[in-house]
Amino acid sequence: MHTTLDLWSMLFVFMLATFVGFQVIQSVSRLLHTPLMSLTNAISAIAIVGSIIIAGEEKDTTSLILGCVAVAASMTNIVSGFLITDRMLKMFREKGRQQ
Amino acid sequence: MSAIEHLTQASYLAAAALFVFSLRWLSSPKTARQGVVAGVAGMSLAVFGTLLHPEIVSYTWIVVALVIGTVIGVPLSWVPLTAVPQRTALSHAFGGMAAGLVGTAKYMLWLQDGGLTSFRMFAIIVEVLLGYLTLTGSLMAAGKLQEVLPTRPITYKNQNIFNGLLMLVALASGAYLVWRPETWQLFPVVIVLSLAFGVLLVLPIGGADMPTVISLLNAYAGLAAVAMGFVLDNKLLIVAGALDGSSGFILSVIMCKAMNRSFSNVLFGAFGQVSATAAVGEAKAVKSATPQDVADILENASRVVVIPGYGMAVAQAQHRVRELYEQLAKRGIECRFAIHPVAGRMPGHMNVLLAEAEVPYTALAEMDDINPDMPQVDVAIVVGANDVVNPAARHDKSSPIFGMPIINADRAKTVIAIKRTMNPGFAGIDNELYSADNCLMAFGDAKAVLGDIVKAMSGESGIH
Repeated sequence: MHTTLDLWSMLFVFMLATFVGFQVIQSVSRLLHTPLMSLTNAISAIAIVGSIIIAGEEKDTTSLILGCVAVAASMTNIVSGFLITDRMLKMFREKGRQQ
Repeated sequence: MSAIEHLTQASYLAAAALFVFSLRWLSSPKTARQGVVAGVAGMSLAVFGTLLHPEIVSYTWIVVALVIGTVIGVPLSWVPLTAVPQRTALSHAFGGMAAGLVGTAKYMLWLQDGGLTSFRMFAIIVEVLLGYLTLTGSLMAAGKLQEVLPTRPITYKNQNIFNGLLMLVALASGAYLVWRPETWQLFPVVIVLSLAFGVLLVLPIGGADMPTVISLLNAYAGLAAVAMGFVLDNKLLIVAGALDGSSGFILSVIMCKAMNRSFSNVLFGAFGQVSATAAVGEAKAVKSATPQDVADILENASRVVVIPGYGMAVAQAQHRVRELYEQLAKRGIECRFAIHPVAGRMPGHMNVLLAEAEVPYTALAEMDDINPDMPQVDVAIVVGANDVVNPAARHDKSSPIFGMPIINADRAKTVIAIKRTMNPGFAGIDNELYSADNCLMAFGDAKAVLGDIVKAMSGESGIH
Protein backbone atom coordinates (compact mmCIF):
# COMPACT_ATOMS: atom_id res chain seq x y z
CA MET A 1 0.00 0.00 0.00
CA HIS A 2 2.82 2.32 0.90
CA THR A 3 4.47 2.06 -2.52
CA THR A 4 1.13 2.63 -4.27
CA LEU A 5 0.73 5.90 -2.37
CA ASP A 6 4.26 6.85 -3.37
CA LEU A 7 3.40 6.25 -7.00
CA TRP A 8 0.36 8.49 -6.78
CA SER A 9 2.20 11.27 -5.02
CA MET A 10 4.93 11.10 -7.68
CA LEU A 11 2.30 11.37 -10.41
CA PHE A 12 0.83 14.41 -8.64
CA VAL A 13 4.27 16.02 -8.52
CA PHE A 14 4.82 15.24 -12.19
CA MET A 15 1.47 16.71 -13.22
CA LEU A 16 1.86 19.89 -11.17
CA ALA A 17 5.47 20.42 -12.25
CA THR A 18 4.43 20.04 -15.89
CA PHE A 19 1.75 22.71 -15.44
CA VAL A 20 4.22 25.03 -13.72
CA GLY A 21 6.71 24.31 -16.52
CA PHE A 22 4.22 25.23 -19.24
CA GLN A 23 3.29 28.47 -17.50
CA VAL A 24 6.84 29.53 -16.76
CA ILE A 25 8.29 28.55 -20.14
CA GLN A 26 5.55 30.35 -22.02
CA SER A 27 6.52 33.57 -20.33
CA VAL A 28 10.19 33.21 -21.32
CA SER A 29 11.26 35.96 -23.71
CA ARG A 30 11.61 34.69 -27.28
CA LEU A 31 14.91 36.50 -27.43
CA LEU A 32 16.27 34.02 -24.95
CA HIS A 33 15.21 30.68 -26.40
CA THR A 34 18.79 29.52 -26.97
CA PRO A 35 19.88 30.31 -23.38
CA LEU A 36 16.59 28.75 -22.20
CA MET A 37 17.57 25.48 -23.82
CA SER A 38 21.05 25.46 -22.32
CA LEU A 39 19.67 26.40 -18.90
CA THR A 40 16.98 23.69 -18.84
CA ASN A 41 19.65 21.32 -20.04
CA ALA A 42 21.84 22.14 -17.06
CA ILE A 43 18.86 21.88 -14.71
CA SER A 44 17.81 18.47 -15.99
CA ALA A 45 21.35 17.31 -15.29
CA ILE A 46 19.97 17.05 -11.74
CA ALA A 47 20.10 13.39 -12.79
CA ILE A 48 23.47 13.69 -11.10
CA VAL A 49 21.83 13.05 -7.71
CA GLY A 50 20.66 9.62 -8.82
CA SER A 51 24.01 8.86 -10.40
CA ILE A 52 25.91 9.89 -7.26
CA ILE A 53 23.98 7.45 -5.11
CA ILE A 54 24.52 4.55 -7.52
CA ALA A 55 28.23 5.33 -7.80
CA GLY A 56 28.59 5.87 -4.05
CA GLU A 57 26.81 2.69 -2.95
CA GLU A 58 29.51 0.67 -4.74
CA LYS A 59 27.28 -2.41 -4.73
CA ASP A 60 29.24 -4.02 -7.57
CA THR A 61 31.83 -3.02 -10.16
CA THR A 62 29.38 -2.69 -13.05
CA SER A 63 27.05 -0.35 -11.18
CA LEU A 64 30.04 1.63 -9.92
CA ILE A 65 31.30 2.15 -13.47
CA LEU A 66 27.86 2.96 -14.90
CA GLY A 67 27.21 5.35 -12.01
CA CYS A 68 30.54 7.12 -12.41
CA VAL A 69 30.09 7.59 -16.17
CA ALA A 70 26.61 8.99 -15.47
CA VAL A 71 28.03 11.35 -12.81
CA ALA A 72 30.70 12.58 -15.24
CA ALA A 73 28.17 13.05 -18.07
CA SER A 74 25.76 14.98 -15.80
CA MET A 75 28.55 17.08 -14.34
CA THR A 76 29.65 17.98 -17.89
CA ASN A 77 26.13 19.23 -18.60
CA ILE A 78 25.92 21.15 -15.34
CA VAL A 79 29.24 22.92 -15.77
CA SER A 80 29.03 23.65 -19.49
CA GLY A 81 25.28 24.39 -19.36
CA PHE A 82 25.43 27.04 -16.64
CA LEU A 83 28.66 28.58 -17.93
CA ILE A 84 27.49 28.95 -21.52
CA THR A 85 24.07 30.21 -20.47
CA ASP A 86 25.69 32.96 -18.43
CA ARG A 87 28.11 33.71 -21.26
CA MET A 88 25.22 34.18 -23.68
CA LEU A 89 23.06 36.18 -21.28
CA LYS A 90 25.90 38.60 -20.60
CA MET A 91 25.75 39.58 -24.26
CA PHE A 92 22.14 40.74 -24.25
CA ARG A 93 22.40 44.48 -23.73
CA GLU A 94 19.77 47.14 -23.90
CA LYS A 95 22.12 49.68 -25.43
CA GLY A 96 24.62 49.26 -28.25
CA ARG A 97 28.35 49.09 -27.99
CA GLN A 98 30.11 51.81 -26.03
CA GLN A 99 31.98 53.81 -28.62
CA MET B 1 13.59 9.25 8.87
CA SER B 2 16.91 10.37 10.27
CA ALA B 3 17.87 14.02 10.68
CA ILE B 4 20.23 13.75 7.73
CA GLU B 5 17.50 12.39 5.49
CA HIS B 6 15.30 15.33 6.45
CA LEU B 7 18.15 17.65 5.56
CA THR B 8 18.58 15.96 2.17
CA GLN B 9 14.86 16.23 1.41
CA ALA B 10 14.83 19.89 2.51
CA SER B 11 17.70 20.63 0.13
CA TYR B 12 15.74 18.96 -2.70
CA LEU B 13 12.65 21.02 -1.88
CA ALA B 14 14.63 24.26 -1.95
CA ALA B 15 16.37 23.19 -5.17
CA ALA B 16 13.03 22.55 -6.89
CA ALA B 17 11.82 26.05 -5.94
CA LEU B 18 15.07 27.62 -7.12
CA PHE B 19 14.79 25.86 -10.49
CA VAL B 20 11.32 27.32 -11.02
CA PHE B 21 12.61 30.80 -10.15
CA SER B 22 15.57 30.25 -12.44
CA LEU B 23 13.29 29.77 -15.44
CA ARG B 24 10.88 32.46 -14.28
CA TRP B 25 13.67 35.05 -14.42
CA LEU B 26 14.34 34.24 -18.06
CA SER B 27 11.19 36.18 -18.93
CA SER B 28 13.32 39.28 -19.45
CA PRO B 29 16.96 39.82 -20.42
CA LYS B 30 17.20 42.17 -17.41
CA THR B 31 16.62 39.48 -14.81
CA ALA B 32 17.94 36.53 -16.82
CA ARG B 33 21.37 36.34 -15.24
CA GLN B 34 19.76 36.05 -11.82
CA GLY B 35 18.16 32.93 -13.26
CA VAL B 36 21.57 31.34 -13.74
CA VAL B 37 22.51 32.16 -10.15
CA ALA B 38 19.31 30.55 -8.89
CA GLY B 39 19.97 27.49 -11.05
CA VAL B 40 23.52 27.10 -9.77
CA ALA B 41 22.35 27.57 -6.17
CA GLY B 42 19.63 24.93 -6.60
CA MET B 43 22.03 22.49 -8.20
CA SER B 44 24.70 22.96 -5.51
CA LEU B 45 22.15 22.49 -2.73
CA ALA B 46 20.85 19.30 -4.30
CA VAL B 47 24.34 17.86 -4.86
CA PHE B 48 25.44 18.61 -1.28
CA GLY B 49 22.18 17.21 0.03
CA THR B 50 22.83 14.03 -1.94
CA LEU B 51 26.42 13.69 -0.76
CA LEU B 52 25.05 13.43 2.81
CA HIS B 53 23.14 10.32 1.77
CA PRO B 54 23.92 7.54 4.30
CA GLU B 55 24.05 4.83 1.62
CA ILE B 56 27.18 6.34 0.09
CA VAL B 57 30.13 4.28 1.28
CA SER B 58 32.95 5.95 -0.62
CA TYR B 59 33.49 9.34 -2.21
CA THR B 60 36.69 8.59 -4.13
CA TRP B 61 35.15 7.63 -7.46
CA ILE B 62 32.41 10.24 -7.20
CA VAL B 63 35.04 12.95 -6.85
CA VAL B 64 37.01 11.52 -9.79
CA ALA B 65 33.86 11.56 -11.95
CA LEU B 66 32.98 15.11 -10.85
CA VAL B 67 36.46 16.29 -11.79
CA ILE B 68 36.30 14.56 -15.19
CA GLY B 69 32.90 16.17 -15.85
CA THR B 70 34.25 19.60 -14.94
CA VAL B 71 37.33 19.15 -17.12
CA ILE B 72 35.15 18.28 -20.13
CA GLY B 73 32.43 20.80 -19.30
CA VAL B 74 34.48 23.96 -19.00
CA PRO B 75 35.97 23.93 -22.54
CA LEU B 76 32.56 22.89 -23.90
CA SER B 77 31.24 26.23 -22.69
CA TRP B 78 33.82 28.15 -24.73
CA VAL B 79 32.60 27.04 -28.15
CA PRO B 80 31.92 29.85 -30.66
CA LEU B 81 28.27 30.84 -30.60
CA THR B 82 27.76 29.65 -34.17
CA ALA B 83 28.47 26.16 -32.76
CA VAL B 84 25.94 26.41 -29.92
CA PRO B 85 23.43 24.13 -31.69
CA GLN B 86 26.01 21.32 -31.83
CA ARG B 87 26.95 21.84 -28.19
CA THR B 88 23.30 21.74 -27.20
CA ALA B 89 22.74 18.51 -29.13
CA LEU B 90 25.82 17.03 -27.48
CA SER B 91 24.58 17.91 -24.01
CA HIS B 92 21.21 16.30 -24.79
CA ALA B 93 23.23 13.21 -25.67
CA PHE B 94 25.02 13.32 -22.30
CA GLY B 95 21.71 13.77 -20.48
CA GLY B 96 20.21 10.82 -22.34
CA MET B 97 23.27 8.71 -21.64
CA ALA B 98 23.17 9.43 -17.89
CA ALA B 99 19.50 8.40 -17.77
CA GLY B 100 20.14 5.24 -19.78
CA LEU B 101 23.12 4.18 -17.65
CA VAL B 102 21.35 4.78 -14.35
CA GLY B 103 18.37 2.79 -15.61
CA THR B 104 20.65 -0.06 -16.65
CA ALA B 105 22.50 -0.06 -13.32
CA LYS B 106 19.24 -0.03 -11.36
CA TYR B 107 17.88 -2.94 -13.39
CA MET B 108 20.97 -5.00 -12.69
CA LEU B 109 20.96 -4.18 -8.97
CA TRP B 110 17.28 -4.93 -8.51
CA LEU B 111 17.56 -8.09 -10.59
CA GLN B 112 20.03 -9.39 -8.00
CA ASP B 113 18.09 -8.45 -4.87
CA GLY B 114 14.59 -9.10 -6.23
CA GLY B 115 13.49 -5.47 -6.01
CA LEU B 116 11.90 -5.41 -9.46
CA THR B 117 8.22 -4.60 -9.06
CA SER B 118 6.30 -4.21 -12.31
CA PHE B 119 5.97 -0.48 -11.69
CA ARG B 120 9.73 -0.07 -11.26
CA MET B 121 10.30 -2.20 -14.35
CA PHE B 122 7.90 -0.02 -16.35
CA ALA B 123 9.68 3.15 -15.25
CA ILE B 124 13.08 1.62 -16.06
CA ILE B 125 11.94 0.63 -19.56
CA VAL B 126 10.69 4.18 -20.25
CA GLU B 127 13.89 5.67 -18.85
CA VAL B 128 16.17 3.36 -20.82
CA LEU B 129 14.19 3.71 -24.04
CA LEU B 130 14.13 7.52 -23.93
CA GLY B 131 17.64 7.80 -22.57
CA TYR B 132 19.42 5.71 -25.18
CA LEU B 133 17.24 7.03 -28.00
CA THR B 134 18.15 10.58 -26.98
CA LEU B 135 21.83 9.60 -26.78
CA THR B 136 22.22 8.37 -30.36
CA GLY B 137 19.61 10.72 -31.84
CA SER B 138 21.40 13.73 -30.37
CA LEU B 139 24.81 12.46 -31.46
CA MET B 140 23.42 12.17 -35.01
CA ALA B 141 22.00 15.69 -34.78
CA ALA B 142 25.31 17.04 -33.48
CA GLY B 143 27.14 15.26 -36.30
CA LYS B 144 24.84 16.78 -38.89
CA LEU B 145 25.17 20.25 -37.36
CA GLN B 146 28.95 19.97 -37.22
CA GLU B 147 28.78 18.67 -40.81
CA VAL B 148 30.80 15.57 -40.06
CA LEU B 149 27.69 13.72 -41.23
CA PRO B 150 25.81 14.62 -44.43
CA THR B 151 23.24 17.32 -43.62
CA ARG B 152 20.85 16.29 -46.35
CA PRO B 153 18.05 13.91 -45.37
CA ILE B 154 19.07 10.28 -45.82
CA THR B 155 16.13 8.17 -46.88
CA TYR B 156 15.59 4.68 -48.18
CA LYS B 157 12.65 2.59 -49.25
CA ASN B 158 10.06 1.67 -46.61
CA GLN B 159 11.96 3.70 -44.04
CA ASN B 160 8.96 4.54 -41.90
CA ILE B 161 7.69 0.95 -41.96
CA PHE B 162 11.11 -0.37 -40.97
CA ASN B 163 11.48 2.17 -38.14
CA GLY B 164 7.94 1.46 -36.98
CA LEU B 165 8.61 -2.28 -36.84
CA LEU B 166 11.82 -1.72 -34.91
CA MET B 167 10.00 0.45 -32.38
CA LEU B 168 7.27 -2.16 -32.09
CA VAL B 169 9.81 -4.90 -31.29
CA ALA B 170 11.41 -2.63 -28.68
CA LEU B 171 8.03 -1.89 -27.08
CA ALA B 172 7.03 -5.54 -27.14
CA SER B 173 10.29 -6.58 -25.47
CA GLY B 174 9.76 -3.83 -22.90
CA ALA B 175 6.21 -4.95 -22.23
CA TYR B 176 7.35 -8.55 -21.78
CA LEU B 177 9.99 -7.39 -19.31
CA VAL B 178 7.39 -5.53 -17.28
CA TRP B 179 5.43 -8.77 -17.08
CA ARG B 180 8.50 -10.97 -16.48
CA PRO B 181 11.36 -8.77 -15.20
CA GLU B 182 13.62 -11.79 -14.72
CA THR B 183 13.98 -12.40 -18.49
CA TRP B 184 17.19 -10.42 -18.46
CA GLN B 185 18.12 -11.59 -21.99
CA LEU B 186 15.55 -9.13 -23.34
CA PHE B 187 17.08 -6.12 -21.59
CA PRO B 188 20.06 -5.73 -23.96
CA VAL B 189 17.60 -6.09 -26.86
CA VAL B 190 15.69 -3.05 -25.60
CA ILE B 191 18.95 -1.11 -25.21
CA VAL B 192 20.26 -1.95 -28.69
CA LEU B 193 16.92 -1.21 -30.34
CA SER B 194 16.64 2.15 -28.54
CA LEU B 195 20.14 3.09 -29.66
CA ALA B 196 19.36 2.06 -33.24
CA PHE B 197 16.02 3.85 -33.20
CA GLY B 198 17.70 7.13 -32.20
CA VAL B 199 20.02 6.92 -35.21
CA LEU B 200 17.21 6.04 -37.61
CA LEU B 201 14.97 8.81 -36.28
CA VAL B 202 17.41 11.59 -37.10
CA LEU B 203 18.85 10.09 -40.31
CA PRO B 204 16.06 11.38 -42.59
CA ILE B 205 16.03 14.87 -41.10
CA GLY B 206 17.61 17.76 -43.01
CA GLY B 207 19.56 20.75 -41.73
CA ALA B 208 16.67 23.20 -41.87
CA ASP B 209 14.55 20.99 -39.61
CA MET B 210 17.20 20.97 -36.91
CA PRO B 211 15.50 23.59 -34.70
CA THR B 212 12.50 21.28 -34.31
CA VAL B 213 14.57 18.14 -33.82
CA ILE B 214 16.81 19.73 -31.19
CA SER B 215 13.73 20.91 -29.31
CA LEU B 216 12.18 17.48 -29.52
CA LEU B 217 15.34 15.76 -28.26
CA ASN B 218 15.33 18.35 -25.45
CA ALA B 219 11.86 17.15 -24.49
CA TYR B 220 12.95 13.49 -24.64
CA ALA B 221 15.97 14.19 -22.42
CA GLY B 222 13.63 15.87 -19.91
CA LEU B 223 11.18 12.99 -19.95
CA ALA B 224 14.04 10.53 -19.48
CA ALA B 225 14.95 12.46 -16.31
CA VAL B 226 11.31 12.25 -15.17
CA ALA B 227 11.36 8.49 -15.70
CA MET B 228 14.57 8.34 -13.69
CA GLY B 229 12.77 10.19 -10.91
CA PHE B 230 10.06 7.51 -10.90
CA VAL B 231 12.71 4.76 -10.86
CA LEU B 232 14.64 6.29 -7.96
CA ASP B 233 11.59 7.61 -6.11
CA ASN B 234 13.08 11.11 -6.31
CA LYS B 235 10.64 14.00 -6.65
CA LEU B 236 13.30 16.61 -7.41
CA LEU B 237 14.24 14.65 -10.55
CA ILE B 238 10.59 14.55 -11.54
CA VAL B 239 10.23 18.32 -11.11
CA ALA B 240 13.45 19.22 -12.96
CA GLY B 241 12.74 16.70 -15.71
CA ALA B 242 9.18 18.00 -16.12
CA LEU B 243 10.46 21.58 -16.42
CA ASP B 244 12.99 20.48 -19.05
CA GLY B 245 10.44 18.32 -20.84
CA SER B 246 7.78 21.01 -21.02
CA SER B 247 10.36 23.51 -22.25
CA GLY B 248 11.44 21.17 -25.05
CA PHE B 249 7.83 20.46 -25.92
CA ILE B 250 6.82 24.12 -26.07
CA LEU B 251 9.83 24.99 -28.22
CA SER B 252 9.02 22.10 -30.58
CA VAL B 253 5.47 23.37 -30.96
CA ILE B 254 6.69 26.92 -31.66
CA MET B 255 9.14 25.61 -34.28
CA CYS B 256 6.50 23.45 -35.97
CA LYS B 257 4.02 26.34 -36.07
CA ALA B 258 6.69 28.59 -37.56
CA MET B 259 7.08 26.11 -40.40
CA ASN B 260 3.38 25.27 -40.65
CA ARG B 261 4.16 21.61 -40.18
CA SER B 262 3.10 18.90 -37.78
CA PHE B 263 5.38 16.86 -35.53
CA SER B 264 4.82 13.74 -37.60
CA ASN B 265 5.60 15.65 -40.77
CA VAL B 266 8.95 16.80 -39.42
CA LEU B 267 9.84 13.35 -38.12
CA PHE B 268 8.62 11.25 -41.00
CA GLY B 269 8.35 13.73 -43.84
CA ALA B 270 11.99 14.10 -44.99
CA PHE B 271 11.37 17.67 -46.12
CA GLY B 272 14.28 17.90 -48.55
CA GLN B 273 12.74 15.23 -50.74
CA VAL B 274 9.80 17.44 -51.66
CA SER B 275 12.04 19.52 -53.89
CA ALA B 276 11.78 16.96 -56.68
CA THR B 277 8.34 18.34 -57.46
CA ALA B 278 9.37 21.99 -57.36
CA ALA B 279 8.72 23.88 -60.57
CA VAL B 280 11.45 23.98 -63.15
CA GLY B 281 12.61 27.54 -62.64
CA GLU B 282 12.77 29.43 -65.92
CA ALA B 283 15.55 31.98 -65.71
CA LYS B 284 13.80 35.10 -64.48
CA ALA B 285 15.45 38.45 -64.83
CA VAL B 286 16.84 39.84 -61.60
CA LYS B 287 18.29 43.28 -60.97
CA SER B 288 21.63 43.45 -59.30
CA ALA B 289 23.15 46.26 -57.30
CA THR B 290 26.69 47.13 -56.24
CA PRO B 291 27.53 47.84 -52.59
CA GLN B 292 27.80 51.53 -53.56
CA ASP B 293 24.22 51.45 -54.95
CA VAL B 294 23.03 49.86 -51.73
CA ALA B 295 24.83 52.48 -49.65
CA ASP B 296 23.14 55.25 -51.63
CA ILE B 297 19.73 53.69 -51.18
CA LEU B 298 20.31 53.30 -47.43
CA GLU B 299 21.44 56.94 -47.09
CA ASN B 300 18.03 58.03 -48.32
CA ALA B 301 15.99 55.64 -46.21
CA SER B 302 14.42 56.40 -42.88
CA ARG B 303 13.35 52.91 -41.81
CA VAL B 304 15.44 49.84 -42.44
CA VAL B 305 14.81 46.22 -41.46
CA VAL B 306 17.50 43.54 -41.59
CA ILE B 307 16.32 39.94 -41.98
CA PRO B 308 19.08 37.52 -40.97
CA GLY B 309 19.13 33.79 -41.69
CA TYR B 310 21.46 30.87 -41.24
CA GLY B 311 23.59 32.18 -44.13
CA MET B 312 24.62 35.08 -41.90
CA ALA B 313 26.04 32.61 -39.38
CA VAL B 314 27.78 30.59 -42.10
CA ALA B 315 29.42 33.73 -43.51
CA GLN B 316 30.22 34.99 -39.97
CA ALA B 317 28.67 38.27 -41.09
CA GLN B 318 27.05 39.29 -37.78
CA HIS B 319 29.79 41.79 -36.90
CA ARG B 320 29.47 43.50 -40.31
CA VAL B 321 25.72 43.62 -39.72
CA ARG B 322 26.34 45.46 -36.46
CA GLU B 323 28.66 47.93 -38.23
CA LEU B 324 25.87 48.59 -40.72
CA TYR B 325 23.49 49.08 -37.79
CA GLU B 326 25.88 51.65 -36.29
CA GLN B 327 26.25 53.53 -39.57
CA LEU B 328 22.47 53.75 -39.87
CA ALA B 329 22.03 54.76 -36.23
CA LYS B 330 24.61 57.52 -36.68
CA ARG B 331 22.41 59.03 -39.41
CA GLY B 332 19.27 58.75 -37.32
CA ILE B 333 17.91 56.00 -39.58
CA GLU B 334 15.81 53.49 -37.68
CA CYS B 335 17.19 49.99 -38.07
CA ARG B 336 15.55 46.87 -36.69
CA PHE B 337 16.13 43.16 -37.07
CA ALA B 338 13.29 40.83 -38.03
CA ILE B 339 13.85 37.39 -36.54
CA HIS B 340 11.95 34.41 -37.92
CA PRO B 341 11.47 31.71 -35.25
CA VAL B 342 13.20 29.03 -37.35
CA ALA B 343 16.02 31.21 -38.67
CA GLY B 344 19.25 29.41 -37.84
CA ARG B 345 19.76 25.92 -36.50
CA MET B 346 18.10 26.13 -33.09
CA PRO B 347 15.44 28.26 -31.38
CA GLY B 348 16.73 31.78 -30.75
CA HIS B 349 19.99 31.19 -32.63
CA MET B 350 19.94 34.55 -34.49
CA ASN B 351 19.26 36.53 -31.31
CA VAL B 352 22.33 35.09 -29.62
CA LEU B 353 24.59 35.74 -32.62
CA LEU B 354 23.42 39.34 -32.92
CA ALA B 355 23.72 39.88 -29.18
CA GLU B 356 27.29 38.60 -29.36
CA ALA B 357 27.98 41.12 -32.13
CA GLU B 358 26.75 43.76 -29.65
CA VAL B 359 23.51 44.62 -31.37
CA PRO B 360 21.21 45.81 -28.55
CA TYR B 361 18.32 43.41 -27.98
CA THR B 362 15.85 46.29 -28.16
CA ALA B 363 16.53 46.36 -31.94
CA LEU B 364 15.50 42.71 -32.35
CA ALA B 365 11.86 42.15 -33.33
CA GLU B 366 9.78 39.03 -33.71
CA MET B 367 8.12 38.15 -36.98
CA ASP B 368 4.58 38.82 -35.77
CA ASP B 369 5.52 42.23 -34.38
CA ILE B 370 7.32 43.47 -37.45
CA ASN B 371 5.10 42.19 -40.25
CA PRO B 372 2.39 44.85 -39.81
CA ASP B 373 5.10 47.54 -40.14
CA MET B 374 6.67 46.14 -43.31
CA PRO B 375 4.72 48.34 -45.80
CA GLN B 376 6.15 51.42 -44.06
CA VAL B 377 9.70 50.12 -44.23
CA ASP B 378 11.93 51.77 -46.85
CA VAL B 379 14.56 49.09 -47.18
CA ALA B 380 14.52 45.43 -46.16
CA ILE B 381 17.94 43.79 -46.27
CA VAL B 382 17.90 39.99 -46.47
CA VAL B 383 21.15 38.50 -45.16
CA GLY B 384 21.47 34.78 -45.68
CA ALA B 385 17.76 34.06 -45.29
CA ASN B 386 15.76 32.50 -48.09
CA ASP B 387 12.66 30.42 -47.50
CA VAL B 388 11.52 32.55 -44.55
CA VAL B 389 11.06 35.53 -46.92
CA ASN B 390 9.62 33.63 -49.90
CA PRO B 391 6.23 35.18 -50.77
CA ALA B 392 5.21 31.89 -52.42
CA ALA B 393 4.46 30.65 -48.88
CA ARG B 394 1.52 33.08 -48.81
CA HIS B 395 -0.16 32.35 -52.14
CA ASP B 396 1.37 29.49 -54.12
CA LYS B 397 -0.54 26.36 -53.13
CA SER B 398 1.84 24.15 -55.11
CA SER B 399 4.89 25.35 -53.17
CA PRO B 400 6.24 22.93 -50.55
CA ILE B 401 6.45 25.81 -48.08
CA PHE B 402 2.88 27.02 -48.72
CA GLY B 403 1.25 28.14 -45.48
CA MET B 404 4.50 28.72 -43.61
CA PRO B 405 4.43 32.09 -41.88
CA ILE B 406 7.04 34.38 -43.43
CA ILE B 407 8.53 37.80 -42.86
CA ASN B 408 6.90 40.00 -45.49
CA ALA B 409 10.12 41.42 -46.87
CA ASP B 410 8.49 41.88 -50.29
CA ARG B 411 6.13 44.52 -48.86
CA ALA B 412 8.98 46.90 -48.06
CA LYS B 413 9.52 49.67 -50.59
CA THR B 414 12.89 48.27 -51.60
CA VAL B 415 14.32 44.83 -50.89
CA ILE B 416 18.03 44.13 -50.99
CA ALA B 417 18.95 40.46 -50.99
CA ILE B 418 22.56 39.62 -50.26
CA LYS B 419 23.27 36.23 -51.74
CA ARG B 420 26.24 34.28 -52.97
CA THR B 421 24.59 33.00 -56.16
CA MET B 422 21.11 32.48 -57.52
CA ASN B 423 21.09 28.90 -56.20
CA PRO B 424 17.83 28.13 -54.44
CA GLY B 425 17.55 27.44 -50.70
CA PHE B 426 17.73 24.10 -48.94
CA ALA B 427 14.45 22.81 -50.29
CA GLY B 428 15.36 23.75 -53.84
CA ILE B 429 12.43 26.14 -54.05
CA ASP B 430 12.55 29.14 -56.36
CA ASN B 431 12.22 32.38 -54.47
CA GLU B 432 10.05 34.78 -56.44
CA LEU B 433 11.14 37.59 -54.13
CA TYR B 434 14.38 37.91 -56.10
CA SER B 435 12.66 38.64 -59.41
CA ALA B 436 10.20 41.09 -57.86
CA ASP B 437 10.21 44.67 -59.21
CA ASN B 438 11.27 46.17 -55.88
CA CYS B 439 14.10 43.70 -55.25
CA LEU B 440 17.79 44.26 -55.90
CA MET B 441 20.34 41.49 -55.60
CA ALA B 442 23.75 42.18 -54.11
CA PHE B 443 25.79 39.14 -55.11
CA GLY B 444 28.73 37.93 -53.10
CA ASP B 445 29.80 36.67 -49.70
CA ALA B 446 27.56 38.29 -47.07
CA LYS B 447 30.49 39.38 -44.94
CA ALA B 448 32.36 40.97 -47.87
CA VAL B 449 29.29 42.65 -49.36
CA LEU B 450 28.21 44.11 -46.02
CA GLY B 451 31.78 45.25 -45.39
CA ASP B 452 31.78 47.10 -48.73
CA ILE B 453 28.40 48.70 -48.00
CA VAL B 454 29.65 49.92 -44.63
CA LYS B 455 32.85 51.21 -46.22
CA ALA B 456 30.88 53.10 -48.87
CA MET B 457 28.65 54.61 -46.19
CA SER B 458 31.46 55.64 -43.86
CA GLY B 459 33.33 57.15 -46.83
CA GLU B 460 30.34 59.31 -47.68
CA SER B 461 29.76 60.44 -44.15
CA GLY B 462 33.15 62.17 -44.40
CA ILE B 463 31.95 64.24 -47.35
CA HIS B 464 28.70 65.39 -45.77
